[in-house]
Amino acid sequence: MNIYVLVKRTFDTEEKIVVSGGKIQEDGAEFIINPYDEYAIEEAIQVRDAQGGEVTVLTMGGEDAEKQLRTALAMGADKAVLINIEDDVEELDQFTAAHIISEYLKDKNPDLILAGNVAIDGGSGQVGPRVAESLGINYVTTITNLEIDGTTVTIKRDVEGDTEVLETSLPLLVTAQQGLNEPRYPSLPGIMKAKKKPLEEVELDDLDIDEDDVEAKTETIEIYLPPKKEAGKVLEGDLADQVKELVHLLHSEAKVV
Amino acid sequence: MSKKVLVLGEAREGALRNVSYEAIAAAKQISSGGEVVSVLLGDSVGELANELGKYGADRVITVEHPHLKQYTSDGYGQALLAVIEQENPEAIVFGHTALGKDLSPKIASKLQIGLVSDVTSIEGEGDAAVFIRPIYSGKAFEKVKVKDGIEFITIRPNNIAPLAKDDSKSAEVSSMSVDITNLRTIIKEVVRKSTEGVDLSEAKVVIAGGRGVKSEEGFAPLKELADVLGGAVGASRGACDADYCDYSLQIGQTGKVVTPDLYIAAGISGAIQHLAGMSNSKIIVAINKDPEANIFKVADYGIVGDLFEVIPMLIEEFKKLKVNA
Ligand SMILES: Cc1cc2nc3c(=O)[nH]c(=O)nc-3n(C[C@H](O)[C@H](O)[C@H](O)COP(=O)(O)OP(=O)(O)OC[C@H]3O[C@@H](n4cnc5c(N)ncnc54)[C@H](O)[C@@H]3O)c2cc1C
Ligand SMILES: Cc1cc2nc3c(=O)[nH]c(=O)nc-3n(C[C@H](O)[C@H](O)[C@H](O)COP(=O)(O)OP(=O)(O)OC[C@H]3O[C@@H](n4cnc5c(N)ncnc54)[C@H](O)[C@@H]3O)c2cc1C
Repeated sequence: MNIYVLVKRTFDTEEKIVVSGGKIQEDGAEFIINPYDEYAIEEAIQVRDAQGGEVTVLTMGGEDAEKQLRTALAMGADKAVLINIEDDVEELDQFTAAHIISEYLKDKNPDLILAGNVAIDGGSGQVGPRVAESLGINYVTTITNLEIDGTTVTIKRDVEGDTEVLETSLPLLVTAQQGLNEPRYPSLPGIMKAKKKPLEEVELDDLDIDEDDVEAKTETIEIYLPPKKEAGKVLEGDLADQVKELVHLLHSEAKVV
Repeated sequence: MSKKVLVLGEAREGALRNVSYEAIAAAKQISSGGEVVSVLLGDSVGELANELGKYGADRVITVEHPHLKQYTSDGYGQALLAVIEQENPEAIVFGHTALGKDLSPKIASKLQIGLVSDVTSIEGEGDAAVFIRPIYSGKAFEKVKVKDGIEFITIRPNNIAPLAKDDSKSAEVSSMSVDITNLRTIIKEVVRKSTEGVDLSEAKVVIAGGRGVKSEEGFAPLKELADVLGGAVGASRGACDADYCDYSLQIGQTGKVVTPDLYIAAGISGAIQHLAGMSNSKIIVAINKDPEANIFKVADYGIVGDLFEVIPMLIEEFKKLKVNA
């Protein structure tokens, strides 16, 4: 089976976020594989181990994303592709990202593509379904279970807490939700092997993409932090009085009940 | 310039979701005096159409087909694209719900347009409209403009206020027939796990429990408090992992994102991944026996104490308040 995993290098949102000049400061920040993409990588490896085939991890970004690709290879992926857009694309939105990724994939005939259901930084959840639609293949989002029998695929997906059981067929793109599996940590031998696994780097020219074709459709005009919350009020005194005071505050001051 | 805006109405178990009315309010602002057209898809949705008029829709288009009884991206995609082709809207608004998240990128890709997802507020009107959305798991916000083409957004439930209901208003309702073929996905079964009653992502009051609740039974007082306040029960992943409650209640980065007027966190430490799902709530109350717990940093009001003492007292106090009101 020919399996692709879309992997995004993301800002670790556990880190403190600093905005200056209307931009998020990235210097010195920690970058990780988007947590949902780890589920996608793990699932891809499990499918390959059960069904045979090859797992290719694919990211679009800059040179720095090589680190995340190597981690995915160390987990057990077979090959990696970096679509390096650093020098070509200045403004980028989900349209751009999906367009470039689909152009790369269109002649690769993937049987199965896995992605995360949302990136914890950009947070739109658009890229997976957009790629599937451009490639003309079906997709299922927020999956928590995947079973493949021949070309028949049975899936459980999370729909706001309810579970939908559905049947579809390959070729298919799925996006991973928490609960799909427990992603493995790269092993030491895995890390050693990863250094020698193939990592292909391509640029827009190699994909015959003109910069104008991928011009962003939306524009970020400002990034800012939410107003700092005033330190809250921790109540004091006898517990029963605290409870009375709280109810009074919620009713008369905050007016939420 | 005034605009024609298409809004997707979403029904669940035979009733319209609140976010459908919120989407109409958002559409009104974008339309700046233009026309707001709501679309309803399903196997039998005609009866719901009138409600949309009372909340501000000028027109309602229904598409009814047996294949639209259950949502599939193929079925809904075909129906909506047919409506879009007929109506030629200048903007489109969906709710950022499970359905909206799944369907909107497909439509945007098909039309080769931009899409601003998970919008929590809109500044300006008409051509000047700017969309605000949380990024970095709610730790920052971005203002986004659509450069050209159809303005397509999804709005986060519970953030944009619906217009006041006006029973004297009505929308012109028409139906459209669309051929729906070639569904690539068959829904076999839907296992309902979400609890009865108030929908967590749309609730005005959320009472959330964490590992500090200690057992499944421990959630009973939280449920009672939620009932008294007309709210819903939520949970941390700690509580879900420990099997005190179902994952459908999980709030946070990998669970639901909620923005109620009142969020009461009981026995929740306030891990960053939990905050990602609730920190934009209007008022946050923390009940925790550890005065150092991180949750107090985001709380507007805090009580340091045992939740099993505090919650029953709160239930009594709120009951008194309701009686006096
Ligand atoms: C060099 C560079 C410049 C950028 N400049 C801008 C800018 O000017 N303005 C702006 O708004 N944004 C910019 N971005 C961010 C970018 O627009 C978005 O992050 C991207 O469109 C993905 O959207 P999202 O974060 O909403 O991902 P989602 O759609 O939420 O991601 C869902 C899933 O799609 C897959 N995926 C997403 N992105 C990628 C990727 N890059 N490679 C492989 N798989 C992926 C992953 O599986 C992910 O889990 C820039 C990014 C880069 C790398
Ligand atoms: C990738 C990733 C994604 C995650 N996503 C989520 C997510 O979506 N949502 C989420 O919630 N977590 C998420 N987590 C987990 C998160 O990091 C925390 O582990 C989790 O939120 C802790 O749950 P908790 O606060 O209930 O438990 P704990 O941290 O154990 O806190 C329990 C609290 O209860 C208090 N307590 C105990 N007894 C009482 C009592 N009788 N009365 C009052 N207080 C009491 C304690 O003082 C303590 O503060 C994620 C983690 C990772 C790595």
